[in-house]
Amino acid sequence: MAKKKTEKIVYGVIWFVTYLVVFMVGYIIFDIVIKGLPAISWGFLTQMPAKSGSQGGILPAIVGTFYLVIGTVAIALPLGIASAIYLNEYSKPSTFTRMIRLGISTLAGVPSIVFGLFGMGLFVLALGFGKSILAGSLTLACMVLPTIIVASEEALKAVPDSMREGSLALGATKWQTIYKNVLPYALPGMLTGSILGIGRAAGETAPIIFTVAATLLPRLPRSIFDQVMALPYHLYMLATQMPNQTTIKPMQYGTAFVLLVIVLGVDVVAIIFRSRLRRKNKW
Amino acid sequence: MVMIGNQTPPQIDEPEIEIDVQNLDFYYGKHQALHDICMSVPKGMVTALIGPSGCGKSTFLRTLNRMNDIIGGTRVEGKIVIQSKDIYAPNIDVVMLRKRVGMVFQKPNPFPKSIFENVAYGPRIHGIKNRAQLQEIVERSLVRAAIWDEVKDRLHISGLELSGGQQQRLCIARALAVDPDILLMDEPASALDPRSTQRIEDLIAELRGDYTIVIVTHNMQQAARVSDYTAFFYEGHLIEFGKTERIFTKPNNKQTEDYITGRFG
Repeated sequence: MAKKKTEKIVYGVIWFVTYLVVFMVGYIIFDIVIKGLPAISWGFLTQMPAKSGSQGGILPAIVGTFYLVIGTVAIALPLGIASAIYLNEYSKPSTFTRMIRLGISTLAGVPSIVFGLFGMGLFVLALGFGKSILAGSLTLACMVLPTIIVASEEALKAVPDSMREGSLALGATKWQTIYKNVLPYALPGMLTGSILGIGRAAGETAPIIFTVAATLLPRLPRSIFDQVMALPYHLYMLATQMPNQTTIKPMQYGTAFVLLVIVLGVDVVAIIFRSRLRRKNKW
Repeated sequence: MVMIGNQTPPQIDEPEIEIDVQNLDFYYGKHQALHDICMSVPKGMVTALIGPSGCGKSTFLRTLNRMNDIIGGTRVEGKIVIQSKDIYAPNIDVVMLRKRVGMVFQKPNPFPKSIFENVAYGPRIHGIKNRAQLQEIVERSLVRAAIWDEVKDRLHISGLELSGGQQQRLCIARALAVDPDILLMDEPASALDPRSTQRIEDLIAELRGDYTIVIVTHNMQQAARVSDYTAFFYEGHLIEFGKTERIFTKPNNKQTEDYITGRFG
């Protein structure tokens, strides 16, 4: 009987903890939607900020975040996929590859503010890109690279070896095999995993503070060497650097709501993509 | 009990040799999997490799198109001469070797592409782009693999939608599409039901003569039914090799006799 009791208690605790997590996520979303949705208007989404951001819209921040995501994808995706192909398809287990893997997992554990300072040191100052979309995208790319490599490797591992053998046995070269009979099946999985990582990068503040983010720049960027506003940093500004906190509450929640919609939207797209894929690819 | 192939092999005393294996040793790391194999595979005939699990017959098969190369830490000593070229010589192009020596695997492995694209995969790899030419090759290969009638109206569906037996014949068609001289088969029917197995065996009988076929099988009746020559492997050694009829009626070696009469294995 004591066994049965333990069983019930364990079940209860696990149930409680699980629903606590769901509740917290639900509460955060609920709170932001309830307080943020009323602030959303066509003007809020399409106008320049006015009076240091306490009035007007958040268009430059939306556009800025959009550009940063595009830049990060353009840099990190090819690098990450290429690394994963090297690690999974070409390299043989050795001390060297073990060090690469150690490096990747260490990179994944580096605090984001450290990436920010690193990006400032290397891209902004040493390479002379200045605070710019380029420097910010490169910094964010460094941050999401481990996620993309790991996701891409998993996707490559999911392709059965019989696909590789079948292709090689027909006289295909290694690269032909990878390009024609491994990558096409792994690519959707790679993209899904990578999108989840990039969605997170869109919401990061610390890496962009020193590398790209403008406090207030009520115009749209003109080149990749231009600074931009970005939603997370704009939110940080509104929440900490403004004297009249109560009057700009709607601005804060409105910005948070837009950021949340973008990040969750990206995740939802990735999840739908993945579930459709799982149904399609049965070996 | 003895069963003999239902076709009598052509009566040639000195058959032309397609694959000449000379003193072949094979190592996985430090473990030696094949010991001093010497064997001459006759052209245009079916040669069966039999023996208990782990005897090295599959490893041997995979040395013939260098598929073992893709496993790390393997090493080959000795020579395998195919069409008067040592396939382990440094100047050998593995791609050209594998084009000449096709392979069919134990588990059918159609690519998750259409039936057409599965068969066209090899020719495309080797540079054929012309659509009409590809169509012609696909049809010819599927006809040759005795699956054309079953799939001719649905070449666009995924190869994965076919039954196991059909998938294996699709894989044979895919191997034939690059026009090999030699076909290696690694227990091609072991994952199939008896009816599908029958069809694969019929197909082997039909391909015999046009292709040199080397087939690994667990099933001694199958070896007796489909092959002209049989090689018995045991613990990495080639124990006995000769005409199937003779191996199954008058084996020279005690171990061979024990194995084919079912005393072990």
